[in-house]
Amino acid sequence: MTNMVEYGRYPVARLAVPEWMLRVEKLGKVYGAHDDEVIASTGPESGTSKSSLNGSIVAAWDVSFEVAAGEALGLVGESGSGKTTVLRCLAGDLSPSVGNARLRTSRGEVAMFDLDSAERRLLRIDTLAVVYQDPAEGLKMNVSAGGNIAEPLTAAGWRSFGKIRARASDLLTRTEVPINRMDDLVRGFSGGMKQRVQIAKALANSPSVVLFDEPTTGLDASVAAGVLDLIRSLLEEHRIAAIVVSHDFSVIEMLTSRCLVMQHGRVVESALTDQLLEDPHHPYTQRLVAAARA
Amino acid sequence: MTTINELIDISPSDELLDEFAKREIRRAILSAVAIPGYQVPFGSREMPVARGWGSGGLQVTLAVVHATDCVKVIDQGDDDGVNAVNLRRLITSSTGASETSVAAEATIVQSRHRIPEDGLDDKSILVLQVPVPEPLRGVERDMRELARMHAEADYSRMWVSLYEDKVRNGLITQTTGYPCHVNGRYVVATTPIPRWDIPRLHDSSFLTLFGAGREKRIYAIPPRTEVKPLTFDDVPFEVERADGARCSLCNSDDAFLVSLPNSPVWMCSDTDWCRRRRELTR
Repeated sequence: MTNMVEYGRYPVARLAVPEWMLRVEKLGKVYGAHDDEVIASTGPESGTSKSSLNGSIVAAWDVSFEVAAGEALGLVGESGSGKTTVLRCLAGDLSPSVGNARLRTSRGEVAMFDLDSAERRLLRIDTLAVVYQDPAEGLKMNVSAGGNIAEPLTAAGWRSFGKIRARASDLLTRTEVPINRMDDLVRGFSGGMKQRVQIAKALANSPSVVLFDEPTTGLDASVAAGVLDLIRSLLEEHRIAAIVVSHDFSVIEMLTSRCLVMQHGRVVESALTDQLLEDPHHPYTQRLVAAARA
Repeated sequence: MTTINELIDISPSDELLDEFAKREIRRAILSAVAIPGYQVPFGSREMPVARGWGSGGLQVTLAVVHATDCVKVIDQGDDDGVNAVNLRRLITSSTGASETSVAAEATIVQSRHRIPEDGLDDKSILVLQVPVPEPLRGVERDMRELARMHAEADYSRMWVSLYEDKVRNGLITQTTGYPCHVNGRYVVATTPIPRWDIPRLHDSSFLTLFGAGREKRIYAIPPRTEVKPLTFDDVPFEVERADGARCSLCNSDDAFLVSLPNSPVWMCSDTDWCRRRRELTR
């Protein structure tokens, strides 16, 4: 199944994905003017994502991948490597400078970056969900746990109070939030519980793609392990196509089967996660893996 | 005897709005009627009443009133409230319009808290004074986000606030200014009339104009327009009601009743309706 392609000097494993759900082609995000020279002046070889020619910041460039249903793809790299930029472009929080992203939905295949903001928002309601590192970004703190889940449901046209309650309670049970906290304000919840509510909200309309941005970074180790367990079982159960952004190899190892390593806005290596951890090729990946194993 | 009009020295030639101001406000009203429920910005002028005391409704009335019009002004349901008397005096003395307390005789009814119980027809214009025209103000403060929510008809957070109300209180507690979908598109604040009056906005024979002077917005519900209160399918929309309550003056139980504080005594909110009821039964 694996065929090797050259990626710079290093071999890159590319799985032939039979049924991709999300396909990203040559995604790039540049702050400032850019041409070929500006792009060439940045990246791992130059050791920076800021161009010495005009000061433009090439946050991400030439990022391509596919994710299939039931598969989780990791995006790993240190902070500033561009992984969150990629995720935010896909989420619709940022608009990319170049590239395509195609998403298979129940309504057919859509080119996400060609949609206007209203259409992007509709996509976020029932097709593509995001779990942010900071629960405050994905949740309304002064609204109850149930109310937070009611938001995407009512946006999708749910108008029965009883059915909304039942759905919210079902989701909170599945994400292991005590059901007697359903009507309490999220503000009063612990970090781990907020993150579980955020995951429940993301799953409200059974999205086919979920983007996770450092989902456990703010949590202590034991709580993080519980949330990771939960995410893994949900991904398996619902055949969701997931993208997991993390700087933490233990998260990537636990959740994903394949991953891309990013440095200075570029993908420097992509491989099966197990393979990458056992036999990292790129020196940067080797350093990351060594740091994670230390 | 010296009349108050002589004291304040206003005559029909001293118009409170000049012709340019009237044109500007009428243009805003035309836009509002063309896009039911959409809040049209307008250049709210200084009026001889404080902003928040009906300056928006007053400007709308002054822009549409003519000397041949007959004007009714109420505060709560009361024609004799101090604010109602002052506004009515301003309108009639500066335009030459006549005044009435009978809704059926009026061509323009200016009100803040009520729709008269009866008498409005296709010749009537109802002008409502609006303190807060933005129905989403309670759930979002960012103006750009509010504009986006209206533009995309993204009212899910309004539904969430109704959900939260029901969860916390067991019922929808919002009484005045209940949010309504107008013409299947924009959500408006029906501010601040009670839920009792909401059903009469739906498919009405009269034109309703909302004027918010402080917030500089005008919006409208044209005649024969669908007005649907935001309601969950399984939580019916209910109007205010007190079991067994009757007006202590006219014995009505089919009008919007108010009670004195800490008192079991109920009275019609619409004082003119109550007066006519009593005359009928006498």
